[in-house]
Amino acid sequence: MKYTPKQYKEISKEMTYHTNSLKNCVFAFLVGGAICTLGQALLELYKSFGLDKNMAATCVSISLIFLSVLLTSLNIYDKIAKYAGAGTLVPITGFANAMSSAAITFKAEGYIMGVGAKMFTIAGPVIVYGISAAALYGVIYYILTLI
Amino acid sequence: MAIQKGKSTLILDNQPSIVASASVVGKKEGEGPCSKNFDMIIDDGYFGETTWEKAESKLQKTAVNLALKKNNLTPNDIDILFAGDLLNQCIGSVYGMRDFKIPFIGLYGACSTMAESLIMASLFIESGFAKRTCAVTSSHFCSAERQFRFPLEYGCQRTPTAQWTATASGCAILEKHQENKPFVKAVTIGTVADYGINDVNNMGAAMMPAANDTILTFFKDTGYSPEDFDKIVTGDLSAVGSELLIESLKKEGLDISEQHRDCGLMLYDRSTQDVDAGGSGCGCSASVLCSTLLKELCENETKNILFIATGALMSPTSLQQGESIPGIAHLLHISI
Repeated sequence: MKYTPKQYKEISKEMTYHTNSLKNCVFAFLVGGAICTLGQALLELYKSFGLDKNMAATCVSISLIFLSVLLTSLNIYDKIAKYAGAGTLVPITGFANAMSSAAITFKAEGYIMGVGAKMFTIAGPVIVYGISAAALYGVIYYILTLI
Repeated sequence: MAIQKGKSTLILDNQPSIVASASVVGKKEGEGPCSKNFDMIIDDGYFGETTWEKAESKLQKTAVNLALKKNNLTPNDIDILFAGDLLNQCIGSVYGMRDFKIPFIGLYGACSTMAESLIMASLFIESGFAKRTCAVTSSHFCSAERQFRFPLEYGCQRTPTAQWTATASGCAILEKHQENKPFVKAVTIGTVADYGINDVNNMGAAMMPAANDTILTFFKDTGYSPEDFDKIVTGDLSAVGSELLIESLKKEGLDISEQHRDCGLMLYDRSTQDVDAGGSGCGCSASVLCSTLLKELCENETKNILFIATGALMSPTSLQQGESIPGIAHLLHISI
């Protein structure tokens, strides 16, 4: 080829197709916002049933996780996510989708090595670095309170 | 006996013929532009099986059975079979072929495997090692996604340069030269080419240098020019890779823009079928060749074609370790 690897990388980058970031942002905002609005509506609903704020918030999480897993198993969640992107990825529903989709897809390898082991392939790193970041933040916070 | 010409082209003396071919594809592929040329379109992705891997094996098995049936052959009539797919340890082929009891060689060349197996199948006849050979490959969108990317139900966005793994299988049966049957005139075996592309969602760009090198080698070795061919069909460079290829070859003084087609762009209608840059997978080039391309040759719509299946030889492990994606492309000159 007439190109050097460096030239080729540049040329292929130039000729590549780019994602429509504006469209993606708008969809992510709308769908992500809708999920959060649903969460807020559920919170108010549960509070109106007489639950205290903490219990109502827990129930909201449970409800959203249930809805996400249900839509995942009905092959609907991934279709929404195709347009919503970060809008369905960032809320708690995205985490539930990551775990349940792996469980469904790898069920063919059995309940131990399939569902059990593969369920965390996508969610695992989130947990590892989420907990690590929280611990680090805790240390920094503790040092700051000493000053 | 084949004559070596130039660096890596073999001109076949006996010119083995492709006497029968068959293609089996999934629903989405069956709705594409090649629709009317396929032998079988399956609506159920599982193909009546319990796993995607079993479904892929059944695709291959069905393609072989259909090709055998066309010429009233039985598995016993095949001396040797070359098969390949994208799955680890080539399980699509192994389980698909295990009931046939045909001498079997499994091949891996990623999406280039159909050209690889056809080359082997024709060389075994050319050299007199076999009287009748078979080449078959397959891919399945769901089994490939599971192995190479994410769980199927995982909600994520695909980049516009990503390619859609075809749910398809193609099978060709070869014998000694016959009148009115497409035959293999020459083959060029490609070299591994790596220009440092490491974007798994842009495999067309990763495979293009290999296609570029193989096409150049063929024209240099044989002295042909693009005008000698009705079609120059690459395996599955799809939209991005095809554009890059035409530009790159122009720089080398070779203009193939008139003759160039790409199986990844022929299998789907990009404007309506939501496949991003186009199709890919071992079954993509196999099903397009074994349906549309061979049919066009048989019906004298084309007389001379080049079939260059391209493969991205990547593995999720090497990518995670920071390696780039090497490409490969093998070429066959098919004529009638």
